[in-house]
Formats: sequence, C-alpha cells, structure tokens
Amino acid sequence: MYAIRVENLTREFEGLVAVDHISFNVESGEIFGLLGPNGAGKTTTINILCTLLKPTSGYAEVAGFDVVEEKDRVRENIGVVFQELALDEKLTGRENLEFHAMMYGLRGEERRKKVEEVLGLVELYDKADMLVEKYSGGMKRRLEIARGFIHNPQVLFLDEPTLGLDAQTRRHIWDYIKELNRKYGMTIIITTHYMEEADYLCDRVAIIDNGKIIAMDTPQRLKDILGGDVITVEVEGDVERLLQCLKRQEWIKDTKRRDGFLDLTVEKGERRIPELINLSQKIGVNISYISLHKPSLEDVFIHFTGRSIREEEGEKNIRRGRKGFRR
Amino acid sequence: MKSIEWVAIYVLWLREMKRFVRAKSRVVGMLGMPLFFLVFMGLGFSNIPGLPGDIDYIHFLVPGIIGMGLLFTSVFAGLSVLWDKEFGFLKEIMVAPVSRLSIVLGRTAGNATTALIQGILILAISAIMGFRPNGIVGLGLAVVFMLLIATTFIGLGLIFASNMEDMHGFSLIMNFVIFPIFFLSGALFPIENLPEWIIKICYVNPLTYGVDGLRGALVGVSSFPIAVDILLSTVFSIVMVLLGAYFFKKSESV
Repeated sequence: MYAIRVENLTREFEGLVAVDHISFNVESGEIFGLLGPNGAGKTTTINILCTLLKPTSGYAEVAGFDVVEEKDRVRENIGVVFQELALDEKLTGRENLEFHAMMYGLRGEERRKKVEEVLGLVELYDKADMLVEKYSGGMKRRLEIARGFIHNPQVLFLDEPTLGLDAQTRRHIWDYIKELNRKYGMTIIITTHYMEEADYLCDRVAIIDNGKIIAMDTPQRLKDILGGDVITVEVEGDVERLLQCLKRQEWIKDTKRRDGFLDLTVEKGERRIPELINLSQKIGVNISYISLHKPSLEDVFIHFTGRSIREEEGEKNIRRGRKGFRR
Repeated sequence: MKSIEWVAIYVLWLREMKRFVRAKSRVVGMLGMPLFFLVFMGLGFSNIPGLPGDIDYIHFLVPGIIGMGLLFTSVFAGLSVLWDKEFGFLKEIMVAPVSRLSIVLGRTAGNATTALIQGILILAISAIMGFRPNGIVGLGLAVVFMLLIATTFIGLGLIFASNMEDMHGFSLIMNFVIFPIFFLSGALFPIENLPEWIIKICYVNPLTYGVDGLRGALVGVSSFPIAVDILLSTVFSIVMVLLGAYFFKKSESV
C-alpha cells in the first residue's frame, strides 16, 4: 500500500509555477526524500500534501485520503514539522505537547504516558517544564519532532528538519528520525537541500529542480548513474604513456585528461589506488598527486542540471536577510 | 467531522489564559490607555452639556471607557492571528484535525475572557475614583454586555487579519477604523450632541449599543431601551464572529 500517491500535481502562484506536474509514490514505512535547492518547490509540495495549500491541478492522496476532498481525514493521519518553527514560545515544552495531543484526541492517562514517552525519546525530559523561548535551536527542533509524532501519525512530514543546526545536533536529529522509522514503522517524508542528509536518511530520493522531479531512485542507484568513483592523478613525466597503458586496463571505465591531471572513472576506487601506483611504477612514470572522489548526490544533481545545489545558497541567504530586515 | 469540537475550543482557550497570566506587561499595557482617558477626562470635565438624567460626568464616562478598553483589546486580539502567522504557530493549528470554526471559537473564547478581565479591572479601578454601579443585577448585565462587545470586535479583528498578509496595515486600521468607532459610539459624550448626519453613522456602530447597554446596566441611564441594546449587540456579535470564521477559513495560512 502506498502512504502517498501524487499524480501530475501542479501549483501556480500568480503565474509562477512552483510545482510543475510532479508524480511520485511513497511506500508505507519508507523514508522518502525530496532533495533540491531552495525554491525548487519542495515546501510547496509539502504544504499541498498536508492540506495547507490547494493544488492548481493534479491529484494527491495521503494515507489513502484525497488532500483536497478529505482534508480532515488527511489531517488526522499526518504529523508535520514545518521548516520555520511552529511552537508557542510562551508555553513550556510539556504544554506544547499536551495541547497538541489534546487537539488530536489523546485523553487522560494515554496522553500523559505518550507525552512522557516522546519527551524521553528526544531527551528533553529535564527541560520539559521550561518555557520554549528559553530553548536552544536544537532543543526546539527536537520538541517539534516529538510533537509531530506524539499522536502516532501514519505519515510524518519533515520540512528541512536540520536547517540552521550545527553538525552535532544535526547528527542527533538524524538518529531520532531513523529511530522513529525503525521503531514505529512510520512513513517519513523529508525535504532537504543537504545532500548528505538525503543520502544518510532516505530509502529513496526524488531530486527536484524548478518544480520538476528530474530523478528518483535510491541514493546508491542515483550515484551509480555517474558510473563510479573518480581517481584523479598528476604525474611527473610522460602522461601520454601512462594514459595509453591505463586505457588497456579493463577496470578503468573512462579516462579523461584535463590540464595536467588524469581523471579515471573506476568502481571501488580505494581498492584500485595501490594497483594504479604499481602500474605506473612498472612503466616508469612517477605519480606526484593522487586523490579519490566518491560521487555524492551533489554530483548527481550537477549531472542532471549542470549546476550545483550549493551555488544557490548565496541567493537564498540574501533573500532571507531581506526578510529578516523587513520584520 | 463535527463542526464544533469542545476539546479544541478548550485547548485554545487554555492557551490564551496561560499566555495572559505569563505576560504581566501585557496586562499593564492594555490597561494603560483606558485608565489615562478615565483619569484625565474624568478630572478635566466635571460636567458636559447634554448628559442624560442627573448623573455626573464620571458616571457617564466609566461605561464608555470600559467599552473603549474592550474595543482596543478585542480588535487587537482578533489581529493576533497575524502574530501566530508570523511566528509560525498558526500552521500547527491549521494542520490539526479540527474544524476552522472550532479554531475561531476557541480563540474568541480565550480573547473574550482576557477582555472581560480587563473590563472588570477598569470597573474596579473606577470605583476608587468614586464610581458607584447600580446594584448587583446591573453588574451581571454589564458582564453580558462586556462579552458581547468583546466578541463583536474580536470578530472584526479576525476579518481584518484574514485579509491581511502581515501587520503592515495595522496603523491604517487603528486610525481609520478603531478610533472612529470609539469616538462615534457615545463613549465620551452623548451622541445627541453630534450633528444629525453623524448620528446616523453612530446608529450603525456596534459599539454604540454596547456602550449604551453598559451605561444602562451600570448607571441606569441609556439612550435606547436595554432590550434593544442587548438584541442588537447579540446580532452584531454573532454576525461578526461568523464573518470572521468565514474569512479565516477562506484565507491560506502559508
């Protein structure tokens, strides 16, 4: 059974197409990632799926319910952690959880137990009775994740869950997400523009750019599209001679020469480096530099779009700064 | 799904109460303006022309100032949806499996309670200035009017909030909506003192009947029969809250 079905989903904002005829299915129990630069349409997609925005056209179904026609049924079955914090900072952590649980129909003893349980899971037990405005960014995020799954939703949406957090906190959050998926079999949809996040967490990833899905598969298979690892070598002496010799090797899938360097596409690059050195010594060519690059989802993104996700970061920061100033 | 969920209404009411209790500066802040009006107007005018019956100005003024306090607090409370939008909390409420009407009723209940507390505080302070209400029944009736005024203008605030992106239009609303409503309600002086064509505007102003009803309940003097005040205030209140709910439901929260 599919937890989410999306068919030709489209959303326009005053002529601007934010989501452009996307289709995908998410299986029950999967961690599914929407990876792409800011402004690619990830958040719009999430907002449509959790009933906050109406699609311009197309169809979407969450937990078996139509997101337009059966909003209330969808809402009962999802948990959402939004990109921007959505906590009441004038309430304590526990009150935020309690109120949320009440809204979702948890009662009495069951509610009390559940609140304790999730507080324990995200390790906020000691801070539960502090006002949220006193929390650090990481603590707020953890509280939101706890709140997102306290009512046992079938599908949990996480929109950029680690945005703006330091590396250590990010690791921590990843662990909670994995734990949730493993322990409760919860279907999780996560949007991110961090390649390593998508790679580490997701069973499958859809790469999205300009409102369109440009590739979708497991992280490993997406990276396999690139054909393997790249070993880059620089040599002192006869480059051409080494190149001719390497071209005869079966395990080297591709060779490319670029200003003094040789790029070799191979599988399991780390195991091939010694062999490469032996070969070059045998024919009397000295290697002066060697490096191994394992393909990342970033490379996959570049492969499909011709630009890097990171390049877009700068623009986004400018936009944010402006927004901050307006406040 | 039912359209009125009591638990959700209770949760949203409780949230307002907790926030209210924790925000001491808010309590003081919202009492400030009505108190200054009460003290300085009350001291400055011992009598003005056209006062009904044989009451002095302070007894005329206090119900008006209570109405004023309720007006400002309530419109602002209705607009506070925009703060929730700004701070993201609105989304959390909007994805909850509860009807939009329940959300509006819950907020309204919470905000009306805080407005009522404010009204009663103003009443208590005015007693120090020599104000004497007209018996216990009158006080009970006054509470009813306070609630009707509060819900009416929370509804109005919500109508504005649902049609606004952010707080930018706030001063516009303050200057061109709230102040005219206040001055043309008979809160500070009898509307009979105004020219005929302005009086007509006063007649479509919800606060006119709220203040008049308060005055009838607390002081025993009113321009309209109390039954008329109650009826019209109730109608205004229901219409405004439902309109607020309608626009709230229509607006997209992201």
